[in-house]
Amino acid sequence: MYIRLNKKWPALSWLFSLLIFLPILAIVWQSFGDDQDVFGHLWRTVLPDYLINTLLVVSGVAVLSLCIGVPIAWFVAMCQFPGRAFFVWAMLLPLAMPSYVVAFVYTDLLEYAGPVQGWLRQAFGWRSAQDYWFFDVRTVSGAIVMLTLVLYPYVYLLARTAFLEQSPSLVQSARMLGSTPWQSFKRISLPLARPAIAVAVSLVAMETLADFAVVHYFAVPTLTTAVYDTWLGYGSLAAAARLSALMLAALFVLISLERLGRSKQRHYQRGSGQEKIQRYALRGIKAWSITLFCTVIFALAFAWPFITLVQMAVEYFEQSWNPQFIQYSINSLTLATIVAFVCIAIALLLTFFKRLAQSGYAAMPAKLASTGYALPGTVLAIGVLIPLSLFDHGINGIFEYFEQQGPGLILSGTLFAIVAGYVVRFAAIAIGSVDASLNKISPSIDMATLTMGVSPLKMFFKVHLPLVRKGCFVAALLVFIESMKELPAALLLRPFNYETLATYVYQFVSDEQLEHGALAAIVIVLVGLIPLIFLNRSLEK
Amino acid sequence: MKSLIALVAGAITLASSFSAMSADEINIYSYRQPFLIDPVVKKFSDDTGIKINVVFAKKGLAERLQREGKYTKADIVLTTDISRLMELQDKGLVQAVDSKVINDNVPAHLRDEQGQWFALTTRVRNIYTSKERLGNIAISYEDLADAKYQGKICTRSGKHPYTVALISSMIAHHGYEGAKTWLNGFKNNLARKPQGNDRGQIKAIKQGQCDIALGNSYYFGKMVSDVKQKPAADAVHIVFPNQNNRGAHINVSGMALTKYSHNKASAIKLMEYLTGALAQKIYAEVNMEYPVNVAVKPSPLVASWGEFKADTLAMSAIALHRKAALRLLDEVKFDL
Repeated sequence: MYIRLNKKWPALSWLFSLLIFLPILAIVWQSFGDDQDVFGHLWRTVLPDYLINTLLVVSGVAVLSLCIGVPIAWFVAMCQFPGRAFFVWAMLLPLAMPSYVVAFVYTDLLEYAGPVQGWLRQAFGWRSAQDYWFFDVRTVSGAIVMLTLVLYPYVYLLARTAFLEQSPSLVQSARMLGSTPWQSFKRISLPLARPAIAVAVSLVAMETLADFAVVHYFAVPTLTTAVYDTWLGYGSLAAAARLSALMLAALFVLISLERLGRSKQRHYQRGSGQEKIQRYALRGIKAWSITLFCTVIFALAFAWPFITLVQMAVEYFEQSWNPQFIQYSINSLTLATIVAFVCIAIALLLTFFKRLAQSGYAAMPAKLASTGYALPGTVLAIGVLIPLSLFDHGINGIFEYFEQQGPGLILSGTLFAIVAGYVVRFAAIAIGSVDASLNKISPSIDMATLTMGVSPLKMFFKVHLPLVRKGCFVAALLVFIESMKELPAALLLRPFNYETLATYVYQFVSDEQLEHGALAAIVIVLVGLIPLIFLNRSLEK
Repeated sequence: MKSLIALVAGAITLASSFSAMSADEINIYSYRQPFLIDPVVKKFSDDTGIKINVVFAKKGLAERLQREGKYTKADIVLTTDISRLMELQDKGLVQAVDSKVINDNVPAHLRDEQGQWFALTTRVRNIYTSKERLGNIAISYEDLADAKYQGKICTRSGKHPYTVALISSMIAHHGYEGAKTWLNGFKNNLARKPQGNDRGQIKAIKQGQCDIALGNSYYFGKMVSDVKQKPAADAVHIVFPNQNNRGAHINVSGMALTKYSHNKASAIKLMEYLTGALAQKIYAEVNMEYPVNVAVKPSPLVASWGEFKADTLAMSAIALHRKAALRLLDEVKFDL
């Protein structure tokens, strides 16, 4: 099928995707510069170790998130067990928790000098580390667990949405044909949810790859560490850019492999929304063990860190309280809202183009615009700064040519830079989520609509938009929450005196004194919770 | 298309009206946490009526300054380490300041000859020893590689600027190969892989995980004044290393005037103020650092640690060997 879009749509799609890709291009361009043999030196010394760590952490977090996210999503969507109504939304809450907070809380708790080991030593009379064995938090496995605790909700959220959107009649048919619940899960629900789960896992992998705070805190050097070392230590942006480009390439290969794995599959769904899901009513030990599992994950990923934050805030209230919180909160909220809207608009533009144009190259804009997510934040910030400052210099140059006073840094020195940085970083979330939703709509709907003489543009607004509303909403909220927590881009790109909650907390975290920023961290979490509650309501309907 | 142009034009006017700054404002790029400089800055604003705006980031400010070029709004950069100051100078992002006030306040070895950068405070890279298990012993940085301390030493990441600076000074004193042997020995003596911050190392001594730790002086001062951290601080002696020979390694926090500062006069006024008695006293009392202004005494607590001999190695030498120090760290895989 070939649908003629009007000319503006493809043109805009390419324009925006290229604009978003510009910072990444700037980084790639930088990578061709002279790196003074820094790359070679790293390769001969520490890079192999860093690579292994990176692979371990990324694959570990991906697998563990799958193992936690998918089962919980399925139980919550398809089964009835004690506390289900609570866990439906509670399992999302860790999303609102910044990863560095979780890392901080658990190292404080579990490290040698922490209360747990201290108590053990006291209780058993051990005197030194040689007297007993206790797992070391600051290891690769520690980092995997911490990152999983904050990232599994992606898998949970997207998988659950996918399970809910599946037409129950499929599973019912399978059951009627004699398959067990497990078989119907394995052969019907899971394959149908695979695209959504794949998107979620690749988001998790990208987020892990870009993470610096947690791995740094856990003294696990990864490629991101190498990127920062080369850039800030050796002063070689070229080597840093080369490493970043390598990371992107590796990720591209992984994602393409997964796409290849299901390239022959096509799933469309016709959930009318009228069919009611019949949940398996679980009883006894089965039901309670699911409840227990959810409780443990919830306690670890949210309840305990949150309680610790509250405790800190109470204890250090005087140092923590700052009358400007309200201003910081407004800044954070406005920023996150703008970014969410922009990301969704771009996601719709690009994914709809991909759907209608149906040629191989039409998928390119969406892909190009999704690459920013895997770059470490500060590197991305520099990538954003390069084209923006070029533009600013150009504008001022023109003014000066006419002997006029130039406007100064209108893009790179203002809020525009932060918004641009966030959009480049989070467009991937929006695109992935909207694309997954859009793909579930059968092309026969497009054909039917067009047969009736409706223009593609009208079809988009009247048919597709209402159908992907839920997907858009999910995407917007994910972007919103991520923007609330996002740090490096805001830190480096912000105008003078502009403080968000995250940048405010960071100045204390960077001094390993989270106590003094605890109150602000609580506000980040609480503000993030509001959209999560909305999100959950819309999904349950 | 017309509407697009109008939109862009509108945006530009709007943005430029935002970016217009009155003459009585100074803009600072700071590598130091705002809460550390706030008290000083606030006092200056109250005294002079000049408004001060700050952007704080730990990474990339030099890069941003470079990209912004002559349109930058930043007037002053504040750093926590000599290497950053030298980086700004090497990239040609700062300009010389010739102020009699500053030159009188800051001793010659703590500022650039041409006035491209100035130190504001100095801090010592101290060694801490367990009161219970080692006592107040004389110790040198070289001793950290002594086999008798195997499994007894804690430190933060080697890649941290403070550690890198120490290793640079070791290269300056012992040459690359000498420093490499030392760093290998140091690594073999570690009780655990490098992690945490300076305070964390002192806590680890208190908990018995190690007997010796490296850490900056002012962190110890702050721990002593924090009720919850005091027990850990009380468990260690603060030792000034190498008192029998060249003296303890010191680093500086400092400032520089950006090349394209638009408000040079006020900016220099602030720089002078920062080296003056009032500001230096705040640095000393609140941050527990050693003021560069000799007329200002360290806080009573800091003074109670006693006089010490500081390494007289030029600050620029430390910055000079920085990259070699980083290579060394990679070669011995210090952090792995």
